Amino acid sequence: MSRKILLDKINVPGIKSYEVYRQNGGYASVEKALKTLTPDEVVEEVKKSGIRGRGGAGFPAGMKWSFIDKKSGKPRHLVCNADESEPGTFKDRYLMEYIPHLLIEGMIVSSFALGANLSYIYIRGEYMWVYKILERAINEAKAAGWLGKNILGTGYDLELHVHCGAGAYICGEETALIESLEGKRGNPRIKPPFPAVSGLWANPTVVNNVETISAVPWIVNNTGDEYAKIGVGRSTGTKLISASGHVKNQGVYEIELGLSVYEFMNSDEYLGGMSSNRPLKALVPGGSSVPILPADLIYKTANGEDRLMTYESLSDGGFATGSMLGSGGFIVYNDTACIVRNTWNFARFYHHESCGQCTPCREGTGWLEKVLHRIENGQGREEDIELLWSIQSKIEGNTICPLGDAASWPVAAAIRHFRDEFEYHVRFPEKIKNRDHFVAEPFSKVLMSKV
Amino acid sequence: MEHKRYKQEINITESLMNRINELLSHYPADKKKSALLPVLHEVQDAHDNWLSYDLMDKVAEILEILPIEVYEVVTFYTMFNQKPIGKYMFEFCQTSCCCLNGAENLMDYTSEKLGIKMGETTADGMFTIAGVECLGACGYAPMMQLGDFYKEHLNEEKIDQLIEDCKANKIILHDK
Repeated sequence: MSRKILLDKINVPGIKSYEVYRQNGGYASVEKALKTLTPDEVVEEVKKSGIRGRGGAGFPAGMKWSFIDKKSGKPRHLVCNADESEPGTFKDRYLMEYIPHLLIEGMIVSSFALGANLSYIYIRGEYMWVYKILERAINEAKAAGWLGKNILGTGYDLELHVHCGAGAYICGEETALIESLEGKRGNPRIKPPFPAVSGLWANPTVVNNVETISAVPWIVNNTGDEYAKIGVGRSTGTKLISASGHVKNQGVYEIELGLSVYEFMNSDEYLGGMSSNRPLKALVPGGSSVPILPADLIYKTANGEDRLMTYESLSDGGFATGSMLGSGGFIVYNDTACIVRNTWNFARFYHHESCGQCTPCREGTGWLEKVLHRIENGQGREEDIELLWSIQSKIEGNTICPLGDAASWPVAAAIRHFRDEFEYHVRFPEKIKNRDHFVAEPFSKVLMSKV
Repeated sequence: MEHKRYKQEINITESLMNRINELLSHYPADKKKSALLPVLHEVQDAHDNWLSYDLMDKVAEILEILPIEVYEVVTFYTMFNQKPIGKYMFEFCQTSCCCLNGAENLMDYTSEKLGIKMGETTADGMFTIAGVECLGACGYAPMMQLGDFYKEHLNEEKIDQLIEDCKANKIILHDK
């Protein structure tokens, strides 16, 4: 059994409630931090832990914290990003739904470290029942004296609230999230200034993912050095992976970074292999935005090394032969999955979710969706594949926020690794009439008899 | 362009106003606008799950902001409905992972069963069905959102049962 930091107590009966959580050592890190450490010492522990942002970008959390402007004297804020919307990702919901006090404990310690006295958890509007769970948990914590004025008699004040979004993927981008929290449309801001200098209501603000903040209590209790011992190299600690698609045991898993992709996929402790015993065709390892990997690049990197569940190993080979750990949204495809259809599905998602601010993304995502739709529906043209390549290359890097890149990468990777499948769609429109065309006729067979 | 104004009876009850005031207390006194999204959710829930212009104007008045500031938000976020919808809205996730587990076939099944297309409402005003983008339940696919809750691991039998339960008034939509 591998080490658990976030989910070690998830199976304790009643851990959702304050009493049980407290009896199992909950809120100890608040006592330790507020009574024996200075805010800077907490930041130092988080820096030493090497924990990287678990929302997808993987930026070192301690470094992000150290950027917060403490000199201006303005009020500071911590905002937890619980706007989990990346297709394939459902890990934060699991934490918040089943052990809500862990996040609240993390918010208190992290807010203390940043010197924030008013903090928010921004949760996506669709998770309304989780919003209520958090709201109740906050009230319990407040009643027990962990929130409010003069916490534990240390003179530290903290107000914590949950705020709900209303259905916009883009609000997972930190500046769009801040706009949304200010009661506006979720249009990302141009950086700089970064939120650490001018964020919520122009105050210095740090935005962190649920999973990142939930790891802080352990780091404070056990020290950053201990956390850094878990994992491999610059990929320290544990990571929640949410697995879906054609595998036996879909669900949320906590893994030690450094576990091999092969073991994660096939061990009974984790995914237990492919469902219906069909062969593995492709993998999206870190949420829909990251490049898709074909079967031969999943367990081994291009230079023959074992592929590991780490930031470095999953991106080994760059976009040519690698992908990214991203948010840990692990989507597995078997040979019945049509890559063109899946790419069109993702493109529709990004078109729907583009905020419309930047022309390349607003227009380009629509083009990607339409061209992919016609290829998938048997009306593709030979030149469409080049057209797709050209569109994605013109979106990438040309937008205010990374949504443009996120829309481009899956298309580029699908063409890079599955070009013949696109060609097949264009050349044999009669074979793809049925929506489930690749269930009826596994692609591999037809491909081999290329005409 | 024709701009249809649907009529809606507005009723800001005392309990709704209390909840709005509670939400307002979560933000600094001079940042009332920040409460806009949570307040719109509450107001929409209390008004048959949709927001007319008259209702949006009322929200603007309560938050002391301009009506346009409410309109631009309502039109941006997909969870706010700008016209009357069915009492029960089945919102099917139609993004990749759900499709790998048969979401499309299930949507067709529901559509056929209720005799309406995606995005439409039944004549009796009971059901609206729609396809929406990723709801963050990929490991429990196929699934849908119904009110404040998720219905997961769906199949045709479960859809039949849900429809029956809705008709028998057995479904709780909001957790208040």
